[in-house]
Amino acid sequence: MSPLTQAPHGFLSPTGVEIAFLLVGLVTFGAALVTVTTRQLVHAALWLVVALGGLAVEYLLLTAEFIAWVQVLIYVGSVVVLLLFGLMLTKAPIGRSPDADSGNRWVALAVAVVAAAALVWVVVDAFRTTWIDLDGAAAGSTKVTGASLFQNWVLPFEALSVLLLAALVGAIVLSRKAKAESAPPPVNGRAVTGSSPSVTGSGIHPIEQGGEHGSKLVSTRGSEQGSEQEGAR
Amino acid sequence: MHLAYPAVLSALLFCTGLYGVLARRNAILVLMSVELMLNAVNLNLVAFDVWLSKAARDTLHSGQALTLFTIAVAAAEIGIGLAIVLAVHRNRGTSDIDRLRDTAEGHEDGTPTDGAADEKAEATA
Repeated sequence: MSPLTQAPHGFLSPTGVEIAFLLVGLVTFGAALVTVTTRQLVHAALWLVVALGGLAVEYLLLTAEFIAWVQVLIYVGSVVVLLLFGLMLTKAPIGRSPDADSGNRWVALAVAVVAAAALVWVVVDAFRTTWIDLDGAAAGSTKVTGASLFQNWVLPFEALSVLLLAALVGAIVLSRKAKAESAPPPVNGRAVTGSSPSVTGSGIHPIEQGGEHGSKLVSTRGSEQGSEQEGAR
Repeated sequence: MHLAYPAVLSALLFCTGLYGVLARRNAILVLMSVELMLNAVNLNLVAFDVWLSKAARDTLHSGQALTLFTIAVAAAEIGIGLAIVLAVHRNRGTSDIDRLRDTAEGHEDGTPTDGAADEKAEATA
């Protein structure tokens, strides 16, 4: 096993794939930065689409095409839509919200910068002389991925089906309980809740309606995930 | 391709998600940052799997299989996480993490399951 091949490679003569990877990587990283720093909540979700789509392009450049399309289907197709629905159902403010970041922003920034510096230093130092050989057959074509998945990884795959079923049932249960709770409405502590400072006083009823909407949405969302997972198979 | 390109990109994306998890206040924005961190891990797995599948003689493509599993687990996580956030928002009227400090309900008739859901939401966050 000789991973360090003969080295006609050089840092100063990047190949076309490397240049494309670098450019798409810059776009992805920039979109991720905007996602975590913007003050407009819906814009954060939309920039997340850019970041995840850029990652799908990176998978394609690494010749992992099946994972690239799974990424587009599941992340861009369903996860971001779920996040947008979540923003909508929690009545996120449209436009600039001044309190999107919490008070410990600078501590978080320091932690992230230190972690990034340490990780980049270690990774660059460790893999300075390692090259991925992208020539030849694709490493992640659908045929190769399917063969390895169904020859070597069948048992985890089936366990994953059980996990998805559990998630589906869990989402339905989480929403159903609230629905049964809201059936006898005005008697219990919900009216008392108005005195609690954490509840915005304006709306018992809008919140309740949002809740029912939410429960319906969650149940359809579960089945949607199931079907998408079927598609991903 | 130099292996440092995908490795460095995934390290930077992971730290971006780390900043988002620590600094954001809305629970859904925290979930978005968690998705960024998971994607950074996926990029790392795919890059190293492509490298090893060419460098070693025969591999099981474990990196790509694990990436698929991670994607499915992330989809389940975002579904359950959003359901919990919506339940918390229904009970408390806010999805602001800084204001979700107590694990019990504020008033006396709070059911323990609500507290558990809230606690899980904070754990997820």
